[in-house]
Amino acid sequence: MDFEAIRSYLPLYWDALGLTVRIGWQGVALALALGVLCAVTLHLRLPVLRRLVAGYIELFRNTPLLVQLFFLYFALPKIGLRMSPAVCGVLGLGLLCGAYMAETIRSGLESIPPIQTESAQSLGMTRMQVFCHVILPQAVSRSVPGLVANVIFLLKETSVFSTVSLMDLMFTAKDLIGMYAKTMECLTLLVVFYLIMLLPVSVLGSLLERRLRHAEFGP
Amino acid sequence: MDNALLRIEHLHKAYGPHVVLEDLDLTVDRGEVVVVIGPSGCGKSTLLRCVNALEDIQGGRVLLDGESVSRQAKDVARLRQKIGMVFQSYDLFPHKTILENVLLAPMKVQKRPRAEAEAEAMELLDRVGLADRRDDYPRQLSGGQKQRVAIVRALIMHPEILLLDEITAALDPEMVHEVLQVVLGLAKSGSTMLIVTHEMAFARAIADRVVFLEGGHIVEESREPKAFFDKPATERARQFLRTFEY
Repeated sequence: MDFEAIRSYLPLYWDALGLTVRIGWQGVALALALGVLCAVTLHLRLPVLRRLVAGYIELFRNTPLLVQLFFLYFALPKIGLRMSPAVCGVLGLGLLCGAYMAETIRSGLESIPPIQTESAQSLGMTRMQVFCHVILPQAVSRSVPGLVANVIFLLKETSVFSTVSLMDLMFTAKDLIGMYAKTMECLTLLVVFYLIMLLPVSVLGSLLERRLRHAEFGP
Repeated sequence: MDNALLRIEHLHKAYGPHVVLEDLDLTVDRGEVVVVIGPSGCGKSTLLRCVNALEDIQGGRVLLDGESVSRQAKDVARLRQKIGMVFQSYDLFPHKTILENVLLAPMKVQKRPRAEAEAEAMELLDRVGLADRRDDYPRQLSGGQKQRVAIVRALIMHPEILLLDEITAALDPEMVHEVLQVVLGLAKSGSTMLIVTHEMAFARAIADRVVFLEGGHIVEESREPKAFFDKPATERARQFLRTFEY
């Protein structure tokens, strides 16, 4: 192992980590927003919209992120829609994972027994009040483990960004290997940096889960 | 003067071809306690659910104080505020503390100020002996305690009528008593109630009027509950009551 080389690569990896985290979290934010909107649409069976949402989910769940990115970055410019690699990255990630988030939240919503709705309605609450105060909070706390898994999955998927020339971690590692052929060093660093990015997410996720589920499931 | 609070007229309820309630008429006067008994599947619970507009009905109507209660009505939420309901499985909100469970509807639905609603909530919780559990979650309470909270949650809305749907059916025998004690107290203070129960001793003690329901029809109705339980007029009611003897 050439530690001298590793030391000289470190600044490049830190930069790449910064970019990966930045784009990754923007994608996560987009995915969560989309996921909640889509899940609510499906759960409340809003006419027309629910068909659109179902179509969106099937489209993005059943195609690889790589294909979606290629489409956004290489195909759309042919019809005059040109976006920077970073925007393509956020959009691709957000759209793909939004579909997963939607399904995770929907399963949470559907796991709440109907009698919860009825007992809230019997107190004179409107459909919207029942949803906001009774169903959604319970559904979210039940969905947390799945949502955290999605976030980790999403942040790992950033590794395909290198193909649209975003200088993320994967891109940096491949680039360095291409130039100096220190394969072992570069890939070890790559593993270490993905762990630096994702282990805190795992830990925070467990904490959040414990906090949100405390009411229903105890300490 | 017409003293009827709840008026059920020609109520018809069916799930597809399966008729549950057929041309049913029932009136509950202000301050009256009506107990509905009958074998499983006779439509007792469905009747209560129709009164609270939790079910679509296929015919007839339910009138509370002259106003039609129906699932389709735009103001069904407003009417439901006047109709308190307590379910067999308590159905507290598991993500909220006991106090929050009680306060949710008065604050969100009736828009009452927190201080005032909380004062009443604590008074009611105290009356059922649970004031010290205000900050616990439902999972930390026994079934009987949860059911008492569910009663308080309904009472704080000041309903004009209280519907109790087999509220002790899911409880251990020793917890039945504490819940029924609360309900007896309510009856004494003049609450109007429509109660479905399998506790015959309780029915006998609390009822102003007993309704025996079978096959979606009222088979027998009596304003003399003691006489009814000792010697029902119909053979069907006699057979039913005999099933409770050992």
